[in-house]
Amino acid sequence: MTALNRAGWRPEMTAGGADDNVTFTGNRALMLEEPLIFEIGSNATTGVDFDETAPSGNLGALARTAPIGLPGLSESETVRHYTRLSRQNYAIDLGLFPLGSCTMKHNPRLNEKVARLPGFADAHPLQPQETVQGAYAVIHELAEWLVTLTGMHSVAMSPKAGAHGELCGILCIKAALEARGDDRRVLLVPESAHGTNPATAAFAGFTVEDIPATAEGRVDLAALKARLGPDVAGVMVTNPNTCGLFERDMRAISDAVHAAGGYVYCDGANFNAIVGRVRPGDLGVDAMHINLHKTFSTPHGGGGPGSGPVVLSEALAPFAPLPFVTKQADGGFRLIEEESAGEDHPATFGRMTAFHGQMGMFTRALAYILSHGADGLRQVAEDAVLNANYILRNLDDVLDAPFGPSGPCMHEALFSDKGLAEGFSTLDVAKGLIDEGYHPMTVYFPLVVHGAMLVEPTETESKAVLDQFIGALRSIALRAKNGDPALKSAPHFAPRARLDETKAARSPVLAWSEPAVAPGAPSLSEIGGS
Amino acid sequence: MRYLPLTSGDRSAMLAAVGASSIDDLFVDVPAEARLDGPIPGLPNHASELAVERHMAALARQNRAAGDGPFFLGAGAYRHHVPSSVDHLIQRGEFLTAYTPYQPEIAQGTLQMLFEFQSQVARLLGTDVANASMYDGSTACWEAIVMARRVTRRGKALLSTGLHPHYRSVARTMAKYTGDVLVDGDPGLEAATDWAALTQAIDKDTSCVVVQYPDILGRIDDMSALAAACQAAGALLVAVVTEPVALGAIKAPGEMGADIVVGEGQSIGVGLQFGGPYLGLFGCKAKYVRQMPGRLCGETVDANGKRGFVLTLSTREQHIRREKATSNICTNSGLCALAFSIHMTLLGEAGLRQLAAINHGRATAAAAELAKVPGVSVMNSGFFNEFTLLLPTAARPVVHRLAEKGVLGGVSLGRLYPDNAALANGLVVAVTETVTEEDIAAFAAALKEVLA
Repeated sequence: MTALNRAGWRPEMTAGGADDNVTFTGNRALMLEEPLIFEIGSNATTGVDFDETAPSGNLGALARTAPIGLPGLSESETVRHYTRLSRQNYAIDLGLFPLGSCTMKHNPRLNEKVARLPGFADAHPLQPQETVQGAYAVIHELAEWLVTLTGMHSVAMSPKAGAHGELCGILCIKAALEARGDDRRVLLVPESAHGTNPATAAFAGFTVEDIPATAEGRVDLAALKARLGPDVAGVMVTNPNTCGLFERDMRAISDAVHAAGGYVYCDGANFNAIVGRVRPGDLGVDAMHINLHKTFSTPHGGGGPGSGPVVLSEALAPFAPLPFVTKQADGGFRLIEEESAGEDHPATFGRMTAFHGQMGMFTRALAYILSHGADGLRQVAEDAVLNANYILRNLDDVLDAPFGPSGPCMHEALFSDKGLAEGFSTLDVAKGLIDEGYHPMTVYFPLVVHGAMLVEPTETESKAVLDQFIGALRSIALRAKNGDPALKSAPHFAPRARLDETKAARSPVLAWSEPAVAPGAPSLSEIGGS
Repeated sequence: MRYLPLTSGDRSAMLAAVGASSIDDLFVDVPAEARLDGPIPGLPNHASELAVERHMAALARQNRAAGDGPFFLGAGAYRHHVPSSVDHLIQRGEFLTAYTPYQPEIAQGTLQMLFEFQSQVARLLGTDVANASMYDGSTACWEAIVMARRVTRRGKALLSTGLHPHYRSVARTMAKYTGDVLVDGDPGLEAATDWAALTQAIDKDTSCVVVQYPDILGRIDDMSALAAACQAAGALLVAVVTEPVALGAIKAPGEMGADIVVGEGQSIGVGLQFGGPYLGLFGCKAKYVRQMPGRLCGETVDANGKRGFVLTLSTREQHIRREKATSNICTNSGLCALAFSIHMTLLGEAGLRQLAAINHGRATAAAAELAKVPGVSVMNSGFFNEFTLLLPTAARPVVHRLAEKGVLGGVSLGRLYPDNAALANGLVVAVTETVTEEDIAAFAAALKEVLA
């Protein structure tokens, strides 16, 4: 070590605020600062031993000779680096994570275990089909569950995440239109939709138009009907929607869209609220993606991987992507790829990813589904909805609930910033929750509600946890209504205070580079070390 | 039910608290005709952990695991040894069960890791910047083509015939609906790449040239001249790397002038996983960063002046820009990026170079041994850890007969290009550090028997 504070800041920089207790290391007991690997590793250090020495290569002029600049750490240092980093994260394992629309529920560890069985984790996607019948069986068994739970005709398993699933469904619609020689270019998307919906529609070459909402936060059926016509390819509706409400008119929406020659895409991000109680197939849906990382509890992993199988109606099934697994008369499984698609699946729109999709998520989701069974999944939806309503009704006297008066919510409770003191915002409420030991709810989404706060507790929280959370949020709401200035600078107790996002975007530093001179770092001798 | 904490007493009390007489009251907005009165018939009810584990283990046993015997498959997915600490660390609940780091004050663990990952990937690929990951190599490849269209405002992409056929297939699927023009084809069974021909084919409508390195047949080539030709014509060079371990031994595409470098990061830290989840790598020159798809993590300071990290430049992204976003991607491959980053940190430059050299050495030895089998020759003049064997007969049935003998002996070109009879005798063989000398001998012996 040639300098202190390898994390790049000086103890005196924290002085003068609420906290004058600075430490030599910058650590605060269990709250540990951690430098970058580039500041502690070296290009000569490695945490991996090899049994053999490498022979000299014969790569000629293509040999990579210039330094790459990849620091290594020993195994002990590596374990410590990432363990220390991990402690700066909030996670479901630590507490309630009420991000609306994200369905942060408990991730059972059995699922992790089965995904790591060598027959699944150590199998290559291009192995001869006779050597991977068990993997195909998993895909097929999960597919059957998804089709049955949704009451749909079939399912495309390969999409890699929700947005990729949206793309799959929209391409099915595009292919179906093309097959009948119908050049429709417009997709109708409600303003309350996830940003992925319009982005997906545009990515696939459609023009996006807004569907207006009613004062009750649902699709305006009359306005939708008025807009339908020969240029409209279909609608993308989220149900339950992002205001946490069931689209009561879903069947009528589907019927109207179908009558006008269009297709109905349903964003299934919120399927958790209705699994086992409602089948989208009974509502006239043509395509719906299912986020296995939401409803079926595969871990979010700090931003993925997800998995987005798409259930399809009979009308769209012929256009589903390659490859897929079919069960044969003899009980064996066969993979349908480009080769046999001509006979078995001639109308397919093609392939959307290499290989078969997120196998590691399929095994986890199947274990989750089998653990719950038909009865348990229904209970999942009921408890998720009960927990959300419990939150709604215990807070709607201190926080504005714009759709609260019109009836119960589904799996998430929506509040607005109405009634907060002048100068206080949803952001302040969110940051206050951090100090109380919670991850904040989803904020500023959906866009149709001013300063939206979308709270989704999920079914895996106990009443005691909800009661404490309600108490904490009530307290913060009251502070925000009373204009408590301490809330403006929250969080006070997190590993970092509010971060300067403008600076990050204005002069982006996206990769580490060696500083010319270590900024103001004293040497050990300067501070009396040896 | 073990994952559901509410007791029936809790449920009754909570229903009373919200003013509902039964749970059905809360589903009142669901039209009667769509309400299910009880569990969906024909499906089993909940099961114990033991029962589920037994069921899944039985299915897993119906697969042959790569580690069960000699194994030589590659073609876009590679089997490498992953140190034990990688899987331990990615299962830390604070990483595994965290969400996308939208609240940076309590997500610095994930954010710092992503900043380190981006830095490692940029250095490995030889680019200025890299993003926080894509789904996989094949989707990253299509995103690169779309990005080149945005940058150049031209719509014709030239795909090398050495591009992985699945990647090409993904691009063809998308191009059908976006109006992009793709020029592509199957490779020939020859040692030279088609890059010289591609150089000639660039014209004023060309948005990008897409080459794979090493390519689907294992060939490696210098892309400097191609990069120069692209630059002269105002087109971008997109390089695709499906085996990133190679970049510990051979020059990075960015070093040779590639504008965008994408890849499949599965080789490092992630494992085979029967095809997914994998890890899309995406790097480019700094001047194109605002046209990049996907999340980016950047450095900043907090209100107390401490260094910290945030997701940044999000005005490119769907949650802000909606239909004007650079991509519709939201969830990416965060945990796979963590696995990659940990494995890369364990390796370090010294370890990566040694790993790459061992792969290359082992593959060279295997090629020499397999070429001794009567009627078999090695097509490549140069390769890293994967090469194409030319057999005296169609390779596809040979692969199945090898499997019967306990050897998973590569990927036949008949599987990858079923409609191209000219490629039928080609067999793509990958040899990593996990392959032993005994495995190579067993493969050679089995191949000799099968071909006899």
